[in-house]
Amino acid sequence: MSISLSVSSSASVQSQQARIAVESRNLRVWYGKFMAVRDIHLQVEECKITALIGPSGCGKSTVLRAFNRMNDLVPVARTEGEILFQGKNIYDPDVDAVEVRRRVGMVFQKPNPFPKSIYENIAWGARINGFKGNMDQLVEESLRGAALWDEVKDKLKQSGYSLSGGQQQRLCIARTIAVKPDIILMDEPCSALDPIATLRIEELMRELVNQYTIIIVTHNMQQAARVADYTAFFMVDDTRTGYLVEYGKSDQIFMRPKDKRTEDYITGRFG
Amino acid sequence: MPGQPSGARRPLDLRKRTRAGESIIQLLLKGAGAVSVLTTVGIVVVLVYDAFVFFRRPEPTFLEFFTGTTWQPQILRFGIFPLLNATLLTSVIGMTVALPIGLMIAIFLSEYASPRLRGILKPVLEVLAGIPTVVYGFFALGFMTPLLKNLFGKDTVEIFNVASAGIVIGILIIPLISSMSEDALSAVPRALREAAYGMGATRLETAVRVVLPAAISGIAAAVIVAMSRAVGETMVVAIAAGAGPRNFGDWGQATGGLNFLNPFKAAETMTGHIVRISGGDLSYDTIDYDSIFAIAFLLFIITLILNIISQWIVRRFREEY
Repeated sequence: MSISLSVSSSASVQSQQARIAVESRNLRVWYGKFMAVRDIHLQVEECKITALIGPSGCGKSTVLRAFNRMNDLVPVARTEGEILFQGKNIYDPDVDAVEVRRRVGMVFQKPNPFPKSIYENIAWGARINGFKGNMDQLVEESLRGAALWDEVKDKLKQSGYSLSGGQQQRLCIARTIAVKPDIILMDEPCSALDPIATLRIEELMRELVNQYTIIIVTHNMQQAARVADYTAFFMVDDTRTGYLVEYGKSDQIFMRPKDKRTEDYITGRFG
Repeated sequence: MPGQPSGARRPLDLRKRTRAGESIIQLLLKGAGAVSVLTTVGIVVVLVYDAFVFFRRPEPTFLEFFTGTTWQPQILRFGIFPLLNATLLTSVIGMTVALPIGLMIAIFLSEYASPRLRGILKPVLEVLAGIPTVVYGFFALGFMTPLLKNLFGKDTVEIFNVASAGIVIGILIIPLISSMSEDALSAVPRALREAAYGMGATRLETAVRVVLPAAISGIAAAVIVAMSRAVGETMVVAIAAGAGPRNFGDWGQATGGLNFLNPFKAAETMTGHIVRISGGDLSYDTIDYDSIFAIAFLLFIITLILNIISQWIVRRFREEY
C-alpha cells in the first residue's frame, strides 16, 4: 500500500544525527464519528521549518493542532496514537495540556492580538507563565525577535489593533516567542496578509528557525518551497479522511516527488 | 452564437420605480421607533410637570426635600432621605448578591459548560426571569425572612426588613445579568480564546483575563439594566420591605449607630411608597398625590445618572477587538 510506502520513505528522510523535536506516531484525530486524519507518522527535525501542504480539508491544520493539543478545545475531538515531544507522549493521561502549550506555541491564520496594548500583548503570556524578570526587557527582546521593535517602540501603549495586518501577525509571533517555547506552530500565518507582509514573515521565520522548531501549514506551495526545509504532503481520501502521502526534504518534494499524487498536486494538476 | 450579449435582446429601462411596499415598511419602522421615543418624552414631561406642581405648593421646600430626615405626608414632612435610603439599601444588597453570582453563572455557561448543558441551563435561567415579581415578593416574605430570622436571631430581624427584599431582588436580577453577560462573553471571537490557550493559559486565565475584559462593554450594559431594575423594583419591596418610611428625628439619630444602614429593620423604598400611596384611595390634586411625582422624578434622575456613569466606565475600559 502506498501509505506504508510513504511512511517508510519519511522515516528514511531523517539522518541518524538529526535531532527530532517532535514526532507523531499513528496519529488519528476524530471529530465525533468522523475520522479527520489517519495514521500520521511524522518526525519533525529540531530547528528546521517543516511545512504541511495539501488540498483543503486534508486535515493538515488538524495535524498541526494535534501537536499542542489545541484539538482538546473542540468538545467532540478525540485523538488516538502518540505525539512524542522530547520522548514523552503528550497525550498520556498524566500530561497537562496547558503545560504542553507553554512549550509548543502557536500562531494563527488570522492575526489575533489581544485587545490590549502592544506592550500588554507581549507581557500577558509571560506573566501567566510566571515570568518574574525584567518585563520591559522581555518585551523589547520579543519585539526585536519578531522584527517589529523599530516600528512600534514609540507606541507600546497603543492597542495591538492599531497595527497593520502584517504587523499584527508579527506581534502575535512576538507574543509567542515571549513565552520561550521550543516549537512554534503556524497555521497559515500569511493567508490574511498581502505579498509584502508575507515576505517579511517568511524572512522572520528563517531567522527564528535558528532558535525554534517551526511547523507551518500553508496553502501556498511557493511559500513551502521558499521557506521550508521539509515538506509533508497530505491528501484526502474518499471518506474525506486526510492522510500523509509523502514527506521529505522540500527540494526533493518539489523537484523530484516520489509519489505520482504529489507530482500532480505540485504541478497544479489538481487542488 | 458567440459574442452575443444576453441582455441586448431586452429593451433598457432604468427609470426610477415607485415601490409601494418599501415606502410602507419604512414608514412602519419609523413609526415604531417614534413610539418609544415619544413615550419617553411623554413620561419625562408628565414627571417634570407634576413634580413642579408639587414643589410650587407652600409646604415642601427643595431644601427640606433633599435634607430632611422624615417623610410623613400626614404632617407635611417631605424629606426624601428615608425613602431614598431604603431604595439604595435594597439595590446595593441586591447588586451585591446578583453581580458576583450572575457573572459566575455567565462565565460558567460561556467558558466551561458543554454546549448541551448550556442549551439546558440558559432557557431555565430565562424562565426564572419570567416569574412574576409578586411571586418573588412572597418568596421574600415567606422564605427569606424566616431564614434570616433563623440565621441572625428572631429579635434582630423584623418581619418586614430590607435585607430580605434586597436579597430577593438580587435573585430576581441574576438571570438578567447572567443572560446578558453570557451573550457578551459568547460574542468574544473564538480566535482570542485560542490565542490565550495557545500561549499556555488555563481556562480560568483565559476566561477572566482575556474574555471578560473583551466583553466588558456588554457586561456593563447588563449591569446598568440590572441596576435600573433593582432601583425600580416595586413588588418585592412593597410586600417584604415594609409599609412605612424608616423615619429619623434628625441626622444624628439617623447616623447614630449607623441606624440608617440596618438591613434587618423595615423601611419603605421610593417605589414601595409610590405604589402604596397611589394604590390607596388618594384623591387627585392632594399634596400626597403630587409628592409621588417628585419621588418618581428623582428615581428617574437616579437611573439616568447610573446610565451615564456606567457608559463613561465602559468608554474608559473598553477593549475593542
